Amino acid sequence: MNSHQQLLLGVLLAALATPALAALNVFATVPEWGALAEELGGDRVKVYTATNALQDPHHVEAKPSLIARARSADLVVATGAELEVGWLPLVLLQAGNPKVQPGKPGYFEAAPHVTMLEKPVRLDRAEGDVHPGGNPHIQTDPRNIARVAGPLSVRLAELDSANAAYYQARYKAFAERWNAAIVNWEKQAAPLRGAPILVQHKAFTYLEEWLGLKEIAALEPKPGVEPTTAHLSEVLALLQRQPVKMVIRAAYQSDRASQWIAERAKINAVALPFTVGGDDAARDLYGLFDDTIARLLKGMQ
Amino acid sequence: MPRSILARSALALALLSAADVEAASDADLAQIRDEIRQLKESYEARIQALEQRLKDAEAKAAVAATTPAAPGPASAPAVASATTAPAPSAGISAFNPAITAVLQGVYANLSQDPKQYAIAGFVPSGDIAPAKRGFSIAESELGLSANVDDKVYGNLILSLTPDNTVSVEEAYGVLTALPGGLTPKFGRFKSSIGYLNDQHQHVWDFYDAPLPYQAFLGGQFTSDGLQFKWLAPTDLFLELGAEIGDGANFPGADRNRNGIGSGAVYAHAGDDVGASNSWRAGLSYLQLRPGDRQYAQTDVAGNSAELAFSGKSQLAIADFVWKWAPNGNATRTNFKVQGEFFWRKEAGDLTYDNGGTPGLARTSTYSSRQSGWYIDGVYQFMPSWRVGARYDRLATGTVDYGANGPYLASEPFNPQRYSVMLDYTPSEFSRFRIQWQQSRLRPDVTDNQLFVQYILTLGAHGAHKY
Repeated sequence: MNSHQQLLLGVLLAALATPALAALNVFATVPEWGALAEELGGDRVKVYTATNALQDPHHVEAKPSLIARARSADLVVATGAELEVGWLPLVLLQAGNPKVQPGKPGYFEAAPHVTMLEKPVRLDRAEGDVHPGGNPHIQTDPRNIARVAGPLSVRLAELDSANAAYYQARYKAFAERWNAAIVNWEKQAAPLRGAPILVQHKAFTYLEEWLGLKEIAALEPKPGVEPTTAHLSEVLALLQRQPVKMVIRAAYQSDRASQWIAERAKINAVALPFTVGGDDAARDLYGLFDDTIARLLKGMQ
Repeated sequence: MPRSILARSALALALLSAADVEAASDADLAQIRDEIRQLKESYEARIQALEQRLKDAEAKAAVAATTPAAPGPASAPAVASATTAPAPSAGISAFNPAITAVLQGVYANLSQDPKQYAIAGFVPSGDIAPAKRGFSIAESELGLSANVDDKVYGNLILSLTPDNTVSVEEAYGVLTALPGGLTPKFGRFKSSIGYLNDQHQHVWDFYDAPLPYQAFLGGQFTSDGLQFKWLAPTDLFLELGAEIGDGANFPGADRNRNGIGSGAVYAHAGDDVGASNSWRAGLSYLQLRPGDRQYAQTDVAGNSAELAFSGKSQLAIADFVWKWAPNGNATRTNFKVQGEFFWRKEAGDLTYDNGGTPGLARTSTYSSRQSGWYIDGVYQFMPSWRVGARYDRLATGTVDYGANGPYLASEPFNPQRYSVMLDYTPSEFSRFRIQWQQSRLRPDVTDNQLFVQYILTLGAHGAHKY
């Protein structure tokens, strides 16, 4: 190898190595964990979010772009509870990145850090798209975000020990501000307590648990199964006996079933941002819950 | 499902041994232990009830959070992450691999006899005929996969054919712990050349393989060997791969020789364009040296001739796929277009044996340059429902039989096929499809084909490749 080739090789290697040194590369499967990693990591992390709020998180493809980003990730932040079962294992298998395989410090799941609800008593695909670990849409309760924030900040500090104090300080500041915000949201949401609602998909279990909303029925006959006219008619009949204020759905879902029932039952159809980026107001985690509560309160009118 | 039962019993046992439960009373624990003992013969419902009780005990035993101290709001009691972390497994069956079974069946209505199925002007490539007429089950598949240890992932896929034979479709290991984006694979695997080649038939958008796959690869190219894949550390998906193998499958032939029988190199690139579009494109090259690749062909006199080719076979493939879904949300509507172009060059010696009569066998030079392509589009117009159309075309190109020309040469002919399909996918685990196509694979022979197909997936949630 002559000196020119050596130089070229050196430049090439440097070019390949540089991106990893700049900051901790975080690969978040869904927007809420991307936003949380940004809150906790500040300018020491570079966050890539694999999906957006208008995508159905159950149906994501192992796209080339995701494999390429997982290749250079230092930390993968996933929800777990089989939310990403259809694509993340394949992405990680193809990414050739041993740092972020399950079980390694570079792989973080949020679900083990919260109390899971709706664990199915019967595991059978005839029950629809059920998750053995429980309902995976844990981000609709801000207290779950707080529960995940601690372990996630610890993980960031483990992976990037030089900045451990920085992550700890950011976590402390975030936790204080977040907890104050929760108290504030709970105050605002007081009129929602006990309010009966319909949901399109069982995506809001944790939100209901937090705010005391009462879910009367879901428009999907089984989780992940498209609403049918027969089932919608049953729900409509049920509303005669148990009137509700509104029907809520996530931003990524079609409004057809919600509109159908809203028109006939004379109730409000409310689209919630569901995660960061779900609408213009939900630009960050704070905006997500500000807007969620504002829309729910509007739906009560 | 046995696996989930075992996983749960493992979880239960592990929780019992975990320190976290110490806070629960001894009586509680003794009782749960007793139930665990009975659990071996118990059914799923029992285990679930038990799991719930364990969870309750665990909640009672919750220790202080290991997370950094932070003031929690009154409404948000700190949850101990340690107690809710996944428990390690125990028990001899806890490590059972993920099991997937694919069941398929078809009703085929064919205007031409599938036993006569052949593509004019192309070397017969093996078993490429459609299913038999009428009802039949198509190939079923049984897959087992798991991490073998911290360095290797293993995957076995058995194919169960309607005529009651079992074959090993794929059986390979992947080294998962190598740094630098390297994922070497070894064993029997579907080559990653082209786009469709390494996808299993049950995830295709049409019932059967495109014509170029049938003509040039005998359906799909599989080899026993090694694969090296390297993924570039760039935001653009760029994957380079090389494979070496035994080259025993078409267009190769079993060689009974040491060394390498087939070699392939390929490059795939891909990315997103905005939130709604994504693509992948690739170039592949496959080279084999078949020795004595035997096949039968009808010669110009109408006799069946035994032929054997020895020489070099080179195949190049250019492939692309483009997918669109509004905002990346493919649940309601999405569109996909894909196409692949094949070029093959073969050069060597061809032995022509008319009826095996001694003295009539003659060997001469042989060379061919042939090509083919297909393009298809699939549109999901509402949830669960898709329509698709496909066009396939082959060009016999130039075939030089040398001194055997007077006996074997045929007129140039370009086989082609039009297909349309409609499928219904009630869930990720089932699909029902109806496909109609018209093909002209031999001069003056038009085959109208109708397929009604089902695909059912049982067991572990499989992930589909892009």
